[in-house]
Amino acid sequence: MGNAPWVRTAAASLVVCAAGGSLLWRGTDGFRALTSEQARRRAIAQAPRVLPVVALEDQDGRPFTLGAYRGRPTAVDFVYTQCQSICPLLSAGFQRLDRAEGSGRPDERLQLVSITFDPRDTPARLREYASHYQADGSTWRFARVGDTRELAPLLQAFGIVVIPDARGGFQHNAAVHVLDAQGRLARVLDADAPSAEVARAAAAARQ
Amino acid sequence: MAAHMLVQIPLLAVAGALAATGLPVPLKARLAAWNRRGVSGTLLAVIASSWWMVPRALDSALATPLMELTKFVTLPLLVGAPIALSWRDLGGIGRGFVLANVLPMWAVVGWLYAAAPVRVCNFYLVDQQVTAGVGLLSASVALAVVAGLLSFRVVAPLDQPRPAASSSGSRPSTP
Repeated sequence: MGNAPWVRTAAASLVVCAAGGSLLWRGTDGFRALTSEQARRRAIAQAPRVLPVVALEDQDGRPFTLGAYRGRPTAVDFVYTQCQSICPLLSAGFQRLDRAEGSGRPDERLQLVSITFDPRDTPARLREYASHYQADGSTWRFARVGDTRELAPLLQAFGIVVIPDARGGFQHNAAVHVLDAQGRLARVLDADAPSAEVARAAAAARQ
Repeated sequence: MAAHMLVQIPLLAVAGALAATGLPVPLKARLAAWNRRGVSGTLLAVIASSWWMVPRALDSALATPLMELTKFVTLPLLVGAPIALSWRDLGGIGRGFVLANVLPMWAVVGWLYAAAPVRVCNFYLVDQQVTAGVGLLSASVALAVVAGLLSFRVVAPLDQPRPAASSSGSRPSTP
């Protein structure tokens, strides 16, 4: 028999390890992104994302687009008013940010936008939710998508995945999204990121 | 998620294994020349199967049809079939080595899924993540018990009847 069969097996094993290892390496960004949420954040940090122009409607029924925030430090999150799990954490974080930003020049002030993906959320419901968090609607707005057909492209651009749960609610990846001076999605931070970190990221994104 | 990890993925691998056992003998012999003692086939199966334990991979199969297709092709072809073609040739020590490495890995992955303070998959609910984790942990313990019973001859393997015939020279025959 000789050594010939082992040579082939060794060659096959080498090919398997090299190809498999490099595919695993590439598929996980060098083992740095094992979840799709980590992958989303890395991809956005490396290449800011242009967002689609989507007509939004705030808690007072006023129409606007995210483009209106261009040039101002802005953070966006996605919530729905009936949410019992992660949204209260996000909204409490935005409330802290809104208060922390109270002093400072108006054009330097961090602008906050909370967008709902729940079709049941009407402007009236958003207004009630806003008052619960003492948001006066000037620096922190709550919005829904005017045309529901535009919701999916908006969520897709941000990389938000919304799946219905068994209790009539939703589960979704929760995070703080920072826009840059051109209105692109530039950074994604943890839902419970400290206010100072969000403010720093928003300032850095304007450079 | 539990259904995907604990039912769909194993069944896809089993389908590949069953298909591989039906391959024509000459083809099996040609493949075996590249897979002496089952080494390269086992490596292939271990690497390919570990990818489908990564949360990002599980998400990707729901996010894009191409990755879903990849799942349906790679699990039978790169996990089930090579294991079926390699398992017997590995020998007792080789099988023990593979199981001693793979089963604890499954247990740790299962434990991580069950105990992680974060939602590791964007396309699955948190409670499904916990169920999948507990299930994977339980499956690894169950398989370890079965492997133990088989290797200490508490129960006879299905394909080798109890009275030790002299068909395999590698096993010590009991008097």
